[in-house]
Amino acid sequence: MGLLKPNRDVGIVGYGAYVPRYRLPATEVSRVWEGGEGALPIKEKSVPGLDEDVVTMSLEATRNALARARIDPQLIRAVWVGSESHPYAVKPTSTIVAEAIGAVPHTQAADWQFACKAGTEAMQAAIGFVGSGMADYALAVGMDTAQGRPGDALEYTAGAGGAAYLIGPAQESLAIFEGSLSYVTDTPDFWRRQHEHYPEHGSRFTGEPAYFKHIEAAGSELMQAMGVKPSDYTYAVFHQPNVKFPVKAGKDLGFRIDQLKTGLLVNEIGNTYAGAALIGLTAILDEAKPGDRILAVSFGSGAGSDAFSLRVTDKITEWRNGAPSTRQYVARRTVIDYATYARYRKKLVME
Amino acid sequence: MRDVSIIGIGQTKVGEHWTKSLKELATEAILAAIKGARTERVDSLYIGNMLSGVLTGQEHLGALVSDFAGLRGVEAVKIEAACGSGAAALRIGYMAVASELAEFVVVAGVEKMTDRPAEQVTAALAMAADGDFEAQNGLSFVAINALLMRRYMYEYGVRHEEFAPFAINAHQNAVNNPYAMFPFPVSADDFKKAKMIADPVNLLDSSPVCDGAAAAVLCPTEIARRFNDHPVRIRASAIATDSIALHDRRDLLGLEGAAISAAKAYSQAGLGPQDIDLFEVHDAFTIMSVLSLEASGFAERGQGTRLGQEGEIAIGGRIPITTMGGLKARGHPVGATGMYQIVEVVEQLRGQAGKNQVSDARLGMAQNIGGSGATVITTILESYD
Repeated sequence: MGLLKPNRDVGIVGYGAYVPRYRLPATEVSRVWEGGEGALPIKEKSVPGLDEDVVTMSLEATRNALARARIDPQLIRAVWVGSESHPYAVKPTSTIVAEAIGAVPHTQAADWQFACKAGTEAMQAAIGFVGSGMADYALAVGMDTAQGRPGDALEYTAGAGGAAYLIGPAQESLAIFEGSLSYVTDTPDFWRRQHEHYPEHGSRFTGEPAYFKHIEAAGSELMQAMGVKPSDYTYAVFHQPNVKFPVKAGKDLGFRIDQLKTGLLVNEIGNTYAGAALIGLTAILDEAKPGDRILAVSFGSGAGSDAFSLRVTDKITEWRNGAPSTRQYVARRTVIDYATYARYRKKLVME
Repeated sequence: MRDVSIIGIGQTKVGEHWTKSLKELATEAILAAIKGARTERVDSLYIGNMLSGVLTGQEHLGALVSDFAGLRGVEAVKIEAACGSGAAALRIGYMAVASELAEFVVVAGVEKMTDRPAEQVTAALAMAADGDFEAQNGLSFVAINALLMRRYMYEYGVRHEEFAPFAINAHQNAVNNPYAMFPFPVSADDFKKAKMIADPVNLLDSSPVCDGAAAAVLCPTEIARRFNDHPVRIRASAIATDSIALHDRRDLLGLEGAAISAAKAYSQAGLGPQDIDLFEVHDAFTIMSVLSLEASGFAERGQGTRLGQEGEIAIGGRIPITTMGGLKARGHPVGATGMYQIVEVVEQLRGQAGKNQVSDARLGMAQNIGGSGATVITTILESYD
């Protein structure tokens, strides 16, 4: 029960990652707020530059996806961007992206919002859109420039980045969706109200009843519905708000650490929210071999998880070199201090 | 006045009960207590609670809980005395039965704290202090205890690590308590390395924010054996008060409310501290254990930490304390804590404390403290098997 399968098989025909170049070490947050004594959940997080936002970053990732897919942008019939940091409250990010890549005017365009699950929700919709035959190609992007309240535990990890996926017919795909499943409840673990700059969260409530419950239910139910087990997968990636959570979720589900490490980027770029599971998946696709199976499970607060089972095809080796790899973006780094971070992220506000 | 006994006890596990509401927790404990008492009849319900209004938007707990627990129609009210609410409810229940106004009384304590962000809980707990002079100026409860601990260390030349045995003992005893929030041991090294909360109070000096409920059924001693094979008699029950603010205390480290409350209890029972077999102290912070032990006559002033150093607080020691984990490791759901203490003393006096059983325990004392010592309830229980 709950297994999602489209009428025709679909897959990923192109993918692209993007991570801004600036890095704020967790030691900097600890130095400013905890006298250097705070426990560090990650090594460093990515920080967008002054001229970057979810629009520009989505465009970077989408261009990488197009470079790999090598399709005419006019054939893209949906441009869907999932984020919790859309620059506008009213006015779509997705129309700007669609215009910039040349997908307008005959395309769907909309922004998705479901905390850190917005990108994979767009991906589920894209699978359905292409899988029903209404479209041949649909674009799903998960991208964020997350903000943590100064001094809050989330300031250590709230990073920037994400990934774009062009969903298309299975026969053109470098990885095919074998099945997917979503698991959603009303769970108030993390939220941000209108006109507030920073989200609030329920501390430990964000763990067991939120993150672990949804990820583990979605992951285990998908595997059960498909009749597969963790050892059938070469890779697994989970939403990664810190290092501890995805590693524990993976172990709870029965995965080994070597299945998790390729997609585990949070230690080096932070939590990219709507992009976190999706950019872990691009890192895996950069290295996967034909025939490899991948399990990807997102988590969005509020709360829910989307789980996807993918099988990599022969096309991966030929197509993935068309754009920079995820690891190249991770390695491209300029370290900044807290003061520069405060300027770039507009933390200095007197009201 | 007639003699009163406890004929039933019940408790929920202490912890973060995100899927259970306040009335569900209270009902679970109350129904367990009623079941243990083998009686259908309940005349009154007194329910101790401190924070339901501010943290769950719910007052009027007497009617709410009595209805939910299947006791609609009984006399029922909420009793509030900050962290002393639980034992204060017991005191009211005791008076009802002793005065012959009621035959069967259920007393309960309940608290639901973990549904709110930490800063709201901290602010809510500060309502137990002086609103005008303490809380309003930003003094949290940890800070109040830090002031007491700092003064104690200064006055008596005591080092911080000398408080470690109180945390270690509590955690050790919680290991064998299935209802405890933290059933794992901690070491002296853990204590030394624990995160500082409000200097000198660190994480292992402090009890946790949590949810829970505990309850007991009272009836006249003369009929108690018909309803339970091991009734436990209330030998003494005394509430005393002190100034709510630290700056109004005549003797900052004297914990005068505790001294008066304990003296009244000893007087009622015709006993002294030397007669007590175990003592459930209000170890909200390690300093509070030490001050309570001294004020209640178990140690000379300035000597309280030595009871810990010398192993006298352990099960088998001269005065075992926090025998099921105490506030530190069983947990401190504030308005329920006093009733957890009572339930645990009853377990000890019935000989049902398992691996933590204090041998030949006949007289057990519990001291529940509201605020930084402004309300203190001392209860002495006795087995008469």
